Amino acid sequence: MDDLTSSAALAGKPSNTDQMTGPRGPKPRRRFSRRNIFIYGTLIVVALYYALPLYVMIVTSLKGMPEIRLGNVFSPPVEITFQPWVKAWAEACTGLNCDGLSRGFWNSVRILIPSVALSIAIASVNGYALANWRFKGADTFFTILIVGAFIPYQVMIYPIVIILREIGLYGSLTGLVLVHSVFGMPILTLLFRNYFTSVPEELFKAARVDGAGFWGIYFRIMLPMSLPIFVVAMILQVTGIWNDFLFGVVYTRPDTYPMTVQLNNIVNSVQGVKEYNVNMAATILTGLVPLVIYFASGKLFVRGIAAGAVKG
Amino acid sequence: MNSVEIKNLDLSFGTVEVLSDLNLEIAEGEFLVLLGSSGCGKSTLLNCIAGLLDVTDGQIFINGNNVTWAEPSDRGIGMVFQSYALYPQMTVAGNLSFGLKNARMPKAEIANRVARAAEVLQIEPLLKRKPGALSGGQRQRVAIGRALVRDVDVFLFDEPLSNLDAKLRADLRVEIKRLHHRLKNTMIYVTHDQVEAMTLADRIAIMKDGAIQQLGSPDEIYNRPRNKYVADFIGSPAMNFLDGVIDGGQFRSGDMTLPMTGYQYQGAAPSGPAFMGVRPENVATGDVAAAMPVTSEVEVELFEPMGADTLVWTTLAGQPFHYRLDGQVKVTVGETMSIGFDPARASFFDKSTENRH
Repeated sequence: MDDLTSSAALAGKPSNTDQMTGPRGPKPRRRFSRRNIFIYGTLIVVALYYALPLYVMIVTSLKGMPEIRLGNVFSPPVEITFQPWVKAWAEACTGLNCDGLSRGFWNSVRILIPSVALSIAIASVNGYALANWRFKGADTFFTILIVGAFIPYQVMIYPIVIILREIGLYGSLTGLVLVHSVFGMPILTLLFRNYFTSVPEELFKAARVDGAGFWGIYFRIMLPMSLPIFVVAMILQVTGIWNDFLFGVVYTRPDTYPMTVQLNNIVNSVQGVKEYNVNMAATILTGLVPLVIYFASGKLFVRGIAAGAVKG
Repeated sequence: MNSVEIKNLDLSFGTVEVLSDLNLEIAEGEFLVLLGSSGCGKSTLLNCIAGLLDVTDGQIFINGNNVTWAEPSDRGIGMVFQSYALYPQMTVAGNLSFGLKNARMPKAEIANRVARAAEVLQIEPLLKRKPGALSGGQRQRVAIGRALVRDVDVFLFDEPLSNLDAKLRADLRVEIKRLHHRLKNTMIYVTHDQVEAMTLADRIAIMKDGAIQQLGSPDEIYNRPRNKYVADFIGSPAMNFLDGVIDGGQFRSGDMTLPMTGYQYQGAAPSGPAFMGVRPENVATGDVAAAMPVTSEVEVELFEPMGADTLVWTTLAGQPFHYRLDGQVKVTVGETMSIGFDPARASFFDKSTENRH
């Protein structure tokens, strides 16, 4: 209100010239308008809604079991202990193995890196070919690919089991990498195709006049221009593959289980005492990778998503 | 030997025929402008010559070689695009040398050519910059340079000046003309701007609906348009068309009858319904008007001062008519002026075929 009254006083002051009276300069805005209260109120409520569970998890994971049993879910830990984290990472038992989540973590990494690299490499070339080299049957190919994106995964689980068994990859990490790469293909191809379509066609023509071929244009012109979309694809794939549970549990064996499956086995074990602090720590550990990826590349992610609307 | 030769070229996208049975011969060192409104197929034709579009039928020869199936880079052409199409992640020098590197040219030769092109286009201080840090005019210079370094015989320009503001466009237009005088390459230039066409071209090909309406020197196109479309398209302000009838060497329109003496017919003396086309700048006023074969008194209805000259709108033989006046002459609305013109310098078109008589 201060701004309003002061500017009103200013406007009301007698001045020697007529031009000085009346509104002038930026319009004064109230800090606590109804609109601002509504917007910030909603944002704060939503932020709390999402942040509270995370808070509870972190707080619980730092408490000892006696303190948890008191039942004060929201209270901060009286005595901070990192023992649950250590146990979740290196000591928790799943089945016969008692080396904690670390085994699952490294399995997941070994699944993640080749799957992400392979799917992005293939999908980007697919998208580039579909967008810039209108080969015969390109539209049919693209339609089939898109339809593929809408078929529920469950339908394909058993046929894929048979295929993997026949080619001798069932239960191996290689098999799972293959499955992830194939299932990432429709959405990634669509993503890359749409991005490359937004690159001015004349650029592609100029490169052809300059004598660059299929791979020359891809590596020298298109790739350097499309870092944002590669980051978007990477984030999508990393989170998708890291968080995958279904394929992990179906296509691997206990000693090659990814982290998510192992987390489930730790948290849902029915024997012994429920160690809530260990469970919380294990869950946070599992979710850490996608979280780090988001924080590290959030800006590029937004840029890539908006890239279609921006002229290069 | 012709530099570029197009024989019976057809191009269709599915069922849509964009170019049909098009023939064109361009002499060595000639500056040919393809002129037409958007969608007339001029850019498509250029893309066919460049090899960026596969033709449906017909042949293309460059320097006597049949290049119909050749890759764009093997045709001996350089191309300049409307949107500049510079590679954004490369420096200016990188842009200029990209094509040469693809051709696996020795480094020394590349440096040599880049330096020469930069000198010709006066972009030496910009070589280390990226396209994002250049102005529109500078970008288009670099784009021209990219065609220049390839040391080709044929340059293709696809509306190169359309993205620039009016002043820069005029400057670069002169520069392109200067470049042509200096290099003496064959140049094919697509534009929808008739000023660019008239000023640059040795010959203009006016296109409409995928066919060439008229191919000739700017002078020929301007003074002896082959049909009404060409007559209407070329010239700004546009030509006046009076609806009437030709009968025994006279043109009758409304209450006016005028002799066609001195007019050169394309064929035999015609008769029947026709249009008479008179360019606004061929209409004389004042004392000069009295000496003209056709004179009339008209009332000024509206005038548009443009500085150097003034465009006056009036009615002649019951139809709207406009003419150009020296900018220094004072005009008022409602004033009566005497005008005159020479039918020998007018154009007559058949009303049904719209072809020149």
